[in-house]
Amino acid sequence: MSHQLKGRGEEGDRSRRSPSMRRTHGAKKAPGRRRAQPGQKERAGGSPGSGSPRRKQAERRGRLELPGARERRSAEKTCRGRRKKDGRASLREQRAPSKKEKEVRRKEETWKQLKKHRSSSVASSTSSGESLSEEELARILEQVEDKKKLIASMRSKPWPMARKLAELREAQEFVEKYEGALGKGKGKRLYACRMLMAKKWVKFKRDFDNFKTQCIPWEMKIKDIESHFGSSVASYFIFLRWMYGVNLVLFGLIFGLVIIPEVLMGMPYGSIPRKTVPRAEEEKAMDFSVLWDFEGYIKYSALFYGYYNNQRTIGWLRYRLPMAYFMVGVSVFGYSLMIVIRSMASNNQGTTSEGESDNFTFSFKMFTSWDYLIGNSETADNKYASITTSFKESIVDEQESNKEENIHLTRFLRVLANFLIICCLCGSGYLIYFVVKRSQEFSKMQNVSWYERNEVEIVMSLLGMFCPPLFETIAALENYHPRIGLKWQLGRIFALFLGNLYTFLLALMDDVQLKLSNEETIKNVTHWTLFHYYNSSGWNESVPRPPLHPADVPRGSCWETAVGIEFMRLTVSDMLVTYITILLGDFLRACFVRFMNYCWCWDLEAGFPSYAEFDISGNVLGLIFNQGMIWMGSFYAPGLVGINVLRLLTSMYFQCWAVMSSNVPHERVFKASRSNNFYMGLLLLVLFLSLLPVAYTIMSLPPSFDCGPFSGKNRMYDVIQETVENDFPTFLGKIFAFLANPGLIIPAILLMFLAIYYLNSVSKSLSRANAQLRKKIQALREVEKSHKSVKGRATARESEDTDKSNSKNGTQLTKGTAHHSASQSQTLDQKAQGPGASSSASKTVLPASQHLPVSRAPGVRPDSGQARPQAHPWRSTSGKQVWRPPH
Amino acid sequence: MPAPVCQLLYCTTVIFKDCTFFTRKEIMRLFYRYQDLAPQLVPLDYTSCPDVKVPYELIGSMPELKVKKLNLREDNPFRQRIAQVFSEDGDGHMTLDNFLDMFSVMSEMAPRDLKAYYAFKIYDFNNDDYICAWDLEQTVTKLTRGELSTEEVSLICEKVLDEADGDHDGRLSLEDFQNMILRAPDFLSTFHIRI
Repeated sequence: MSHQLKGRGEEGDRSRRSPSMRRTHGAKKAPGRRRAQPGQKERAGGSPGSGSPRRKQAERRGRLELPGARERRSAEKTCRGRRKKDGRASLREQRAPSKKEKEVRRKEETWKQLKKHRSSSVASSTSSGESLSEEELARILEQVEDKKKLIASMRSKPWPMARKLAELREAQEFVEKYEGALGKGKGKRLYACRMLMAKKWVKFKRDFDNFKTQCIPWEMKIKDIESHFGSSVASYFIFLRWMYGVNLVLFGLIFGLVIIPEVLMGMPYGSIPRKTVPRAEEEKAMDFSVLWDFEGYIKYSALFYGYYNNQRTIGWLRYRLPMAYFMVGVSVFGYSLMIVIRSMASNNQGTTSEGESDNFTFSFKMFTSWDYLIGNSETADNKYASITTSFKESIVDEQESNKEENIHLTRFLRVLANFLIICCLCGSGYLIYFVVKRSQEFSKMQNVSWYERNEVEIVMSLLGMFCPPLFETIAALENYHPRIGLKWQLGRIFALFLGNLYTFLLALMDDVQLKLSNEETIKNVTHWTLFHYYNSSGWNESVPRPPLHPADVPRGSCWETAVGIEFMRLTVSDMLVTYITILLGDFLRACFVRFMNYCWCWDLEAGFPSYAEFDISGNVLGLIFNQGMIWMGSFYAPGLVGINVLRLLTSMYFQCWAVMSSNVPHERVFKASRSNNFYMGLLLLVLFLSLLPVAYTIMSLPPSFDCGPFSGKNRMYDVIQETVENDFPTFLGKIFAFLANPGLIIPAILLMFLAIYYLNSVSKSLSRANAQLRKKIQALREVEKSHKSVKGRATARESEDTDKSNSKNGTQLTKGTAHHSASQSQTLDQKAQGPGASSSASKTVLPASQHLPVSRAPGVRPDSGQARPQAHPWRSTSGKQVWRPPH
Repeated sequence: MPAPVCQLLYCTTVIFKDCTFFTRKEIMRLFYRYQDLAPQLVPLDYTSCPDVKVPYELIGSMPELKVKKLNLREDNPFRQRIAQVFSEDGDGHMTLDNFLDMFSVMSEMAPRDLKAYYAFKIYDFNNDDYICAWDLEQTVTKLTRGELSTEEVSLICEKVLDEADGDHDGRLSLEDFQNMILRAPDFLSTFHIRI
């Protein structure tokens, strides 16, 4: 009876509402379909769906109900005059409060009405028909919303495609049929418009995401490498890309604030001695061999420190170039420090969850180690090998914790290895020192050969090439765990490079001191030359003497430019050596192996030469040290960053090509995520170390008297004092002077130390608490396990499921919420609604049973007015219903 | 003669779009790819939704799931399982629907839960809704190509069960598995096939 009535009611509704209707003929089919729905709706509600639609839904329902209510009033006018008033009053009342309350009240209202309807249906059958239709409306609305939710979450349902398609079609048809029917007039149009906008917005968001991915430079290249070589090789390229980004910013800073203003507004080339090639060098200044050494015209260009004039302001903008030069030099370091530390911190945030992996070493290895991205048989082979080795490693770890064999021999070998490596390091350090000394002698001599001029670079490159393999050979003695061995290896190569760099720096410092000591005499010579030139006899006194041509003025050796040139040369030679190594060591080797394999007596590919592996650690360390050189040199050679940007750009393409064409993946694939921070740490160390010499030169060496933006000053930082005195109001100058007072600085430093100490202790205690909590969780898990296993053995499998929820509410809750954030938000919604929903047990059950009233087919149970409260979770006493993920 | 144009009904792609994590363009690309696997079996004109299945031998020839025919080594150790899980009858023969479904689940956009559910099914070799010791052994053997000794394999299985088995019943239920995979740092990045 109810079906018929309902059908009729709907029919009646529809005919009145005809302008907004599209398909009236489908109305009769509706009940049957709706009856079929409960099952799927339950799933739809229980499975992960977004939380926010619910609130929207509530809102929309509140709005959409108005036409329905109006409808109802008109329909009821004839037979139920009194009740109509009640309904209207309640409806109005419900419009006022906040959304959440609205929903609760609306539900209660519905129940009240249901009861009324029931009684009224007893009274008269016709009125019951009308009222049922009204109730239907709300039901349909809910269903439509549910369907929409289902459509939205369809893609994340673990169903086969056929079922998804069928469900989706059904849901779409349903929505299409009833969506229009429920709204009317303005509300409907608004609704349609909003839906359209939402769709457009989603599409736009997706497109924008795609666009963003496309905008990441070399993303495709790196992904390509990743899919062939796994993520560890890709991590180097990501690091390279990051470095390129940092260098681009530095480049923008230096070019935008120093070089371009100087080129545009500074005095042109040839106007003053520091901007002119000296007479003695003039004829060879354009030769390629001279230019290649960054002498000649390049030396006297805006690329180097010496070119800049010490005028306080330049051009019509009155741009304070010396000040800008100094501030840019400082901010290069400031920015680099900030960005390195920030990325380290963000990496660290990602690694906080890694503590978990200790609990699941083998599980993770088993279930997540296969990289499904691998689509290349070589990579797959290597992945198999690496998985096997990692399993073996873990087994070894497991066994090694128990036994330790012949500890004395191991210790002896380790000490021996360290001794050998320290010898190597000292030897290489001395070699570099010796070579730098020699090169200083060579620089004084005339007509030195090409080798003698480039000896330092060649020796350093050779050391960088041959020492790491030597270290690796020695490290085989130590018999470390491979992972620790790798770290040692990285540290040693780092020390080698560092030693090299520092011996190089010391030698350079000697050079600088020598030049500084000569400076005084040169200053006198210059002075006297000019003096003689202007005062010498034999010139017509009436005509003012033309100034001495800038090329003829004797000048000092400008140690800053010399330092800059040294770094420039080192960078370029380093780049060339890297490229040549790649070409010879990788590409030619690969060609040889590939093509000579046809006519060779053994298998070249599998046997001795084989293909080269991509040397991740060496490449990353090379990159880091190159960056250190850039940081050190950029103050004295502003053009260095530009060269480095070019270098990084070319090496990105070149190495990508080389990797894809001639390398095979690494045998030992180490975790990219962890080592990344290790690299960052090394980078930070290098940054700090390269900060030292620059700070030393700025703070304690007098600048050259006739070149550079700070010439004529006692120290480079005097430029700040000068600016403060001349350009700022006097009270600011006083404040600065006060701030620079040692009486203030020392307490500030002390305060900083205290802060560091405090923060350090806080973080220590936090990490201790963290470890303790982890231990507790572990213990809890053990207890839980044993508890469960006892229960599991005691009870049958069916009852076990229900027991779980009773025995471990808390964990169930965390699991449930963690797995289904959507259901969590629903729970929150419900918490706000239902005052009774306070116990954790009922909370966990909520997501499932919350949809029970919705899922029931409308009209199937006319007595639902009483049955409903029973179905509601917070009134039900049974907390045993556990939500199960849909199958 | 112009190149043959694959046709997929417009509304079909719209529906697929709602069921998968792909845009229409990507769906078309997958369709081309599907068609490419068996040009003689799959018609270019898909407007009438023919009931076509591409046999497993051809599905397995895709790069990500490839079989090396010469020495019979497998590239993706689980390619057979993947095909079986996503096919309708568990025999590895796939319709276009199954094919799209597979790529949708393995796509970047798919949520962790969905991936975990299917990963569980993939590792559950005997389809009994639990990953038991036998399943684990199979997994290890496939992952390492049988290069580990039996003791090592059994040790690994023991350790895995020890770590992940929440209720000590000697096998992993879906819940255990999800609980474990929830904490895996690189599950999302590795359980993923690009199209």
